[in-house]
Amino acid sequence: MEYFDIFVSILGSAIRLSIPLLFTALAGLFSERAGIFDIGLEGKMLVSAFAAACVAYLTANPWLGLLAGIGVSIVFSLVHGFASITNRGNQIVSGVALNFVAAGLTVVLAQAWFGQGGRTPQVPGEGRFAPIILPGADAMRDVPVIGPLYANVISGNNILTYIAFLMVPLSWWVLYRTRFGLRLRAAGENPGAVDTAGISVTWLRYRALIVTGFLAGFAGTYLAIAQSAAFINNMSAGKGYIALAALIFAKWKPVPVMFACLLFGFLDAFANFMQGKSLPWIGEVPVQIFQALPYILTCVLLAGFIGVARPPKAGGVPYTKER
Amino acid sequence: MMRKGEPLSLDTASLPAIELVGIDKRFGAVHANKNINLTVAKGSIHGIIGENGAGKSTLMSILYGFYQADQGEIRISGTPVAIRDSQAAITAGIGMVHQHFMLVENFTVLENVMLGAEGGQLLAKGVTGVRRELKRLEQDYGLEVDPDAVIEELPVGNQQRVEILKALYRGAEILILDEPTGVLTPAEADHLFRILQVLRDQGKTIILITHKLREIMAITDTVSVMRRGEMVATRKTAETTVEELAELMVGRRVLLRVEKSEANPGAVLLSVRNLTVKDSRGVTMVDDVSFDVRAGEIVGIAGVAGNGQSELLEAIAGIRKPTSGEIFIEGKPVQGADPSRLRALGLAHIPEDRHHMGLVLKFEEYENSILGYHRDQRYGRGGMLDLEAVRKEAEEKIAKYDIRPPNPRLRTANFSGGNQQKIVVAREIERDPKMLIIGQPTRGVDIGAIEFIHRRIIDTRDAGKAVLLVSVELDEIRSLSDRILVMFAGRVVGEKTAEADEQALGLMMAGIAA
Ligand SMILES: Nc1ncnc2c1ncn2[C@@H]1O[C@H](COP(=O)(O)OP(=O)(O)O)[C@@H](O)[C@H]1O
Ligand SMILES: [Mg+2]
Repeated sequence: MEYFDIFVSILGSAIRLSIPLLFTALAGLFSERAGIFDIGLEGKMLVSAFAAACVAYLTANPWLGLLAGIGVSIVFSLVHGFASITNRGNQIVSGVALNFVAAGLTVVLAQAWFGQGGRTPQVPGEGRFAPIILPGADAMRDVPVIGPLYANVISGNNILTYIAFLMVPLSWWVLYRTRFGLRLRAAGENPGAVDTAGISVTWLRYRALIVTGFLAGFAGTYLAIAQSAAFINNMSAGKGYIALAALIFAKWKPVPVMFACLLFGFLDAFANFMQGKSLPWIGEVPVQIFQALPYILTCVLLAGFIGVARPPKAGGVPYTKER
Repeated sequence: MMRKGEPLSLDTASLPAIELVGIDKRFGAVHANKNINLTVAKGSIHGIIGENGAGKSTLMSILYGFYQADQGEIRISGTPVAIRDSQAAITAGIGMVHQHFMLVENFTVLENVMLGAEGGQLLAKGVTGVRRELKRLEQDYGLEVDPDAVIEELPVGNQQRVEILKALYRGAEILILDEPTGVLTPAEADHLFRILQVLRDQGKTIILITHKLREIMAITDTVSVMRRGEMVATRKTAETTVEELAELMVGRRVLLRVEKSEANPGAVLLSVRNLTVKDSRGVTMVDDVSFDVRAGEIVGIAGVAGNGQSELLEAIAGIRKPTSGEIFIEGKPVQGADPSRLRALGLAHIPEDRHHMGLVLKFEEYENSILGYHRDQRYGRGGMLDLEAVRKEAEEKIAKYDIRPPNPRLRTANFSGGNQQKIVVAREIERDPKMLIIGQPTRGVDIGAIEFIHRRIIDTRDAGKAVLLVSVELDEIRSLSDRILVMFAGRVVGEKTAEADEQALGLMMAGIAA
C-alpha cells in the first residue's frame, strides 16, 4: 500500500503542477487556432501573476486579484494584436519582446513599490484561493483505493483547479459548436475564406486574442495566489513555453491539450519526488535529469513521435490582401 | 442579412446588372486598372479575357469588395452602391469564385457553405437549414456534392462546385468566376459550362474570366478584352473571331498554332524503367512508370494537375528520391544522382514553378542567369565569381531572348511572369544540354512570350536534343509533342500521337478510357 500512497501523492501534485500549463495551453489554443502564434504566453503569465499578487495583497480579496490578473493579461494580448494584426509585424518577434517586457517590468515595479528585491509581500491567507474540501472527503479517506484518490487528488484543490478542468469542455464547445469558433478556426486556416465570406478577419483575431489573454490571466493568478502566496521574480519559469509544447503535442485540440498538460505535470511531480532518492542498481540520479525530463520528452515528441502535427495553415502569417 | 436577391421590379429589369464607371486601381507602382468602364447585361454570360497580369482579377475583386478601387463607381441595376467589403457585395447579390479557391481545406462542405451565414450564434441551429438549401440547389442546378465531405479530400472540380454553392447559398444573382477551368479536366470544364448555362437560363448574370479563347467562343454572349490594365474592346461573341480577340489581347498579330516539321528521332537518350515515387506521407504518386525519350523528339506528358507528373519530373531531375525503379541517361543508371551531376551529364531542367524552384526572386537578373551553373569555370575560379563575365553573358541572353526590360541588374521579382520564365528558359537551353525536361513551360506567361518559348522548345528538338514536356494545358501538349503519354493517378495510362483527338485524350486524362 505504500507505493499506492506515493502514487496518490505524486498524482495530487501532478494536478497542481499541471493547472497553470492547462490554462496557458488553452489560451494559446485560441490564438493559434485563429492564426496568431503566441510565444508571449510566458510573459502574460508573469504579468498576470504580478498583478494578481499586488491586488490580492492590497485588497485581501483573491477574486479582485484574479480580475487584475486577467485584465493585465488581456492588455498584453491586445498589444500583441496591435503589433501583429493591425501593423502586421512578425508574431514571434512581438511575442518575444513582450516576454522581455514582462520579465523586466514586473521586477522593476515590484522593487519600486515594495522594495523587497523584486517580489511582492506575502499575500494574507484570505487573499488567496484556499483548498476546497469536497463533501465526504474525510469520511471517504479510509475506503481502499478510491478513498485516497478522492480525498487527496479530487478533493482538496482550490477553485481555480476546478475551473481549469471546466475550461476544457467549454473551450471545445466554443471552438466546435459556436459561430465564433467556426469563424475562428477558419481564420487560422484560410483567412481569405473568412474575408470573402464577409467577415472581418482583424476583429475576429482580436477577439481570439482577448480570449487568450483571459485564460492566461487565470494561469498567472494561479501561480501567484493559489499555488504560492506572493509574486516572485520570474515565477513562471518557462511554463509558458512548456504549455506551447503541450499545445503542439496535442495537435491544437482541447481535450488532448488537457492530457498533454497532465503528462507534463506528472513528469514535473515525479522529478520533485525523485529529489535525493536513489534508484535500484543505478544509485542516486542527479535531480537535474528528472527536471530535464519534460523538456527532453518535448524534444523527442516534437521530433516526430506524435505523427505529423499539422499547425493551423495560416498560423504566423499576417493577413494582407495587397502583396 | 439578405438571403436572396431582391425580386426585380419591372423598370429595373431592363437595366444592366452591373455598370463599372471609371474604375482605377494601383498597387504601389503597378497600375492594375486604368479608368475601366464595363457594362454587363442582365441574364447574360459575359466573358472577360486578357493576358496574365492584364488586371482581370483585380477588377473583379474590386466588384466583390475584396479590394477597394482608388476611383470610380459601381452601379448594380442602375443604382450606385458603395462596396466597402465583401459583406456589402454579398448583400448586393454578388458572388465570386476566386481563381485560388477561398475554402477552408479541413472543413466540411457544409461548414464552408455556412461560414459567414451560420444562422445564429450556435451552429446547431443553422445546420438543418443549410442542408435543406443545399439539397434544393443540387436539384435546381445539378450541383451535386456531399455536404459532409471534407474539402481537401474532394477533387478540384467538386471544390469548385462548393465555391459556386457558397455564392448561390448567399443569394448571388451575379456570379463571377475567375479562371475557373484552369484546374479542370476537359470533361469537368464541360460540366461546369452546362451548369453556367442553366444558371443563366434561370436569370442569373455570369461574368467569366479566362485567358482561353476557346472557352470564350464556346459559352459567352458578350466578351470584353483587357490589356495592360485597360479595357480595350467589347464585342458580341457571335460577331468576333478567335484571331481578332487574340490580336486585341496582345496588341499585335499572333500565331496561334506553332509550326513544326516532322520529328526525326535518333538514339534513346533518356529512359525511365518501372519508376515508383512516394511522397512524404507514403502515398504513391508515381506508379511503375516506364518510357524512353529519343534525341530529336518531344515527348509530352498530359494529365490533370496532381496525377503524379510533378513528382515524375522531380524524380528525373534528381530533386526527389524515387522509391524504386531506374533512370538511365544514355544507358548509364543515374537514379539518386543529385541535380548538379545530372546537369554535368547533359540534363537541363526547367522546373514547373519558377518562383519556388527556378529563380530566387530577390536576386538580380544576372545572378539568376547562372543559378545551378555557378560552379562553371567560365564564371570564375577559386570560389570567386567573375561578375563581369557573368553580366556580359546575361546581356547576351537578354538580347537573344528579348527579355524586357533589358537590364541584368534589375531584381528578378520586378520582371513580368513571361520575362521571368524566359530567364529560366534561356539559362537552361543556352547551356546546350543533351536532354531538356520542362514542366509547365508557359504557366502564367502571356501569349506573346508563349509563342516565343514554344518556338525555342521546337528549335531545341530540331537541334537533336531529347525533350520531355509536362503540361496541364492539353493544347500545349498537342501542339508541341511528337508523342503523348497520358498520366492518371500516377500511372501512364496510354500513349497517343499528336494527332489524337482531344476527346480521346480527355477521357484518358479522366481515367475513363485507355
Ligand atoms: N494584391 C496585389 N498586390 C500587388 N500587386 C498586385 C496584386 N494583385 C495583382 N497585382 C498586380 O496587378 C496586376 C494585375 O494583376 P491581376 O489583376 O491579377 O491580373 P490578371 O487576373 O488579369 O492576370 C499585375 O501586375 C499584378 O502583379
Ligand atoms: Mg487573375
